[in-house]
Amino acid sequence: MSSFLNAILGPRVPNHELESHRARYLTPTLILSAARILLLVSLFLPYWHMTLEAPQYPDGLSVTAYVNLLTCDVREINALNHYIGMRPLEEAAQFERAASVWMIIAMVLLVEGAALVHNRWAALLALPVVFFPVGFLVDLSYWLKLFGTHLDPKAPLSSSVKPFIPPVLGKGTVGQFVTVSSAGTGWYLAVAGSLLVILALYFHRRAYKPLHKPFPIAPAASPV
Amino acid sequence: MKARTFAFPGLLSLALVADASFIGAAPQALALWQPEPGATKKKRERKEKEVAPPTQAQLEALSKLAVERKLTPDDLVAAAKTYMPSGRIDDYILFSSGGQSGSVFVIGVPSMRLLRSISVFTPESWQGYGFAGDKDRVREQLKINGKDVTWGDTHHPALSETKGEYDGQFLFIGDKANARVAVIDLRDFETKQIVKNPLTVSDHGASFVTPDTDYVIEGGQYATVLGYGYAPLADYQKSYRGMVTFWKFDRERGRIDEAQSFAMELPPYWQDLADAGKGACDGLVFINSFNVEMSTGGVEKGQPPFEAGASQRDTDYMHIIDWKLAAAAFKAGKAEKINGFPVLKIETSIALGLLHLTPEPKSPHGVDVTPNGQYAVVAGKLDPHVTVYSTAKIKKAIADKKYSGVDTYKIPILNFDDVKEAQVELGLGPLHTQFDNKGYAYTSLFLDSAVARWTLGGEYASKHEEPAWKLVTKTPVQYNIGHLCAAEGDTVSPDGSYLIAMNKWSVDRFFTTGPLLPQNFQLVDISATGATMPVLYDSPIGVGEPHYCQMIKADKLKPWAVYPEVGWNPHTQAVEPGAPSPGKERVVRKGNKVDVYMTAVRSHFTPESVELEEGDHVTWRITSTERALDSTHGFCIGGYNINLSLEPGEYTEFEFIADKPGTYPYYCTEFCSALHLEMMGYLQIKPKATTAAAK
Repeated sequence: MSSFLNAILGPRVPNHELESHRARYLTPTLILSAARILLLVSLFLPYWHMTLEAPQYPDGLSVTAYVNLLTCDVREINALNHYIGMRPLEEAAQFERAASVWMIIAMVLLVEGAALVHNRWAALLALPVVFFPVGFLVDLSYWLKLFGTHLDPKAPLSSSVKPFIPPVLGKGTVGQFVTVSSAGTGWYLAVAGSLLVILALYFHRRAYKPLHKPFPIAPAASPV
Repeated sequence: MKARTFAFPGLLSLALVADASFIGAAPQALALWQPEPGATKKKRERKEKEVAPPTQAQLEALSKLAVERKLTPDDLVAAAKTYMPSGRIDDYILFSSGGQSGSVFVIGVPSMRLLRSISVFTPESWQGYGFAGDKDRVREQLKINGKDVTWGDTHHPALSETKGEYDGQFLFIGDKANARVAVIDLRDFETKQIVKNPLTVSDHGASFVTPDTDYVIEGGQYATVLGYGYAPLADYQKSYRGMVTFWKFDRERGRIDEAQSFAMELPPYWQDLADAGKGACDGLVFINSFNVEMSTGGVEKGQPPFEAGASQRDTDYMHIIDWKLAAAAFKAGKAEKINGFPVLKIETSIALGLLHLTPEPKSPHGVDVTPNGQYAVVAGKLDPHVTVYSTAKIKKAIADKKYSGVDTYKIPILNFDDVKEAQVELGLGPLHTQFDNKGYAYTSLFLDSAVARWTLGGEYASKHEEPAWKLVTKTPVQYNIGHLCAAEGDTVSPDGSYLIAMNKWSVDRFFTTGPLLPQNFQLVDISATGATMPVLYDSPIGVGEPHYCQMIKADKLKPWAVYPEVGWNPHTQAVEPGAPSPGKERVVRKGNKVDVYMTAVRSHFTPESVELEEGDHVTWRITSTERALDSTHGFCIGGYNINLSLEPGEYTEFEFIADKPGTYPYYCTEFCSALHLEMMGYLQIKPKATTAAAK
């Protein structure tokens, strides 16, 4: 049984080795824990903002995206968007928003798994977290493009506003509005988490690779 | 060698527990932490722009312009003190009576820009006030004895107070013509309630509040047979009476509680203005009077006209009322009902020591209590003095029961010399007094057309350099000043920055707009001391003749920018259950009763066509689903006298009988958007014959 566990989880650390090089084995686990905490905290923080500036809105309009909801002036932006035939923002990324909290928790658990698995499979477990921030932006641009290029041709202003794609990050214009998009604190935390995971994988490899004698995963005959 | 299965079991199990509990808690935690979808964000902070002093070239250009436009350096200073660059918000907000317009005006100070009017006693179409169909709530409230009384003569606004300070929550205003008091909620600047005094036809001393707004005071004026009774003028002394009413204010509900309100019967002396005591004299109310002669006029019969008859004696009576004792007497069941309203009779008031009189110079007008409550100032009107009473002396005389006699109605009279503190000669026609933070008082002089600055004594004497109880200076105003109003000048802590002279005549100040000329509100700078008290600005008021106004620091007001939630009923100040919502618009028919559920948002009503049959009884409900600042819609049906103002989030309903068939375009009456003209629909009312033929 022990050898089966070892096959999946990779080699365990002998007691004397652990006692003499505690920091070596603790480092990847701690960094991975930090990444997990960052990711969990990011759930509560905005991932993306867009502000819209126009003369009659001196305070601007804004939409703030959390992983699971859209907030701020969504109602007003929808009210304006109906003139150009854009679908209500709530209709975008419905699956992503519904699943996001559970997806992130799942990713966090996978990272926890990565701390327990002392072989190269750890990297595979950590991959979703590494690519999550990029994935978020890719998904967002998909929706922006879909919404901006699929305007209702029967909308009141359909003839005066051509299809457009608001930039995911940076400035754009539509009608009298200047749009400014930027990433939010939550997204930056996710990026930090992603970088920490990469860093942790380096320490992970440094700590556990020497325990593999011989490589690869196939269980070696018990030395005892 | 024994290998460990897990490297750090302690840390790990902790993390697992944390994860597990997090999974359970996450959805709730997120819901608590993150803002609601659609939550309005905070207003962006506006940065004050950096201002560099003008360059030499700019100064020269300015000088040239000043000469061209014939502006003196003082004019330039006045302009600089009042000019508001675009987007700059005023420091103070003035709530002014709108006189016969039946409304209240909201004016910014120091710019003196009219910000808006608030309809109160007079239906007004822009605000959709009184144009909501057949059973309009406003018009129902405006009925008196079954008659439509759709105008008012608003006189004295009173901001609600907490510990004698304006709290910016409510505004009360009296209608002199019809003896009514209205409650305005300053969250949405809308009239919420109108109460009609069941005792008297008209009033004058409304409204004034006690220091914590426990009661709103409505003093009477022209004596009548209380409760709309009749008696010949020959029985004036026997049957006619004055009164003061104490309307109980329920701050929680934002309404006057009529069931907890009561009145006091007073002699038929034509009570005038009132003021509630504060600080040292908290618990007292002072009310002037000006016809203790009890003249009944009759110029047509060769008798002295009222103007002479009511001015024969050298003194009239200031009424001193202990409202706390009076309220206790009312609660103890000592009141009798007149026209269904509880009234403490004069005999009861005398027996319980609630009411005293003291002489005051002939036909005075205003009575105003100093911020510390130590003095009450009575302006002479027909006497060039203001008379200052010591409230401590008044209380002592009452406690000692030291009377100089009793009046016709056996009310005890305090000896004038026992309660007088000082008399200050100011000039001709003193009417009203307000206060500042420098130990000065300001009195309007109607006949002199001037504002007098004079010094208070007692604990105020150390605040100014001049001797106490002396005239300091007079600033001429244009013309015939009535009330005046200093910044928070009738509270326990006046600001002493600005003063408004409310001039009845403007004569030559503005372009002649035909024979009916505007009033003139003049802004006076009272921030300096001594003789410096310049007029800064003239502001024409061409929509009624205001009486009193009050000036509150703008940041004390916390108005809503949009209604707090969609479907908000401003009458209940809560979300209306069953308010129409997007996707649930419909027309429901039950026999000839039709319910219309409509929403309004830029730039369409839903539904855009409504079909009725002649004679249908229609209840029409509209919700504005807007959340953007200033995105107001209107809704009108031509020919049916219906117009609504649908402010962001507002719910409104109206009823009417579709008795005139035809095709009626309904449309948005407030230019809301680029497609405003398209925001319309058709109401089709099928004639009965057609309906019958179709069957």
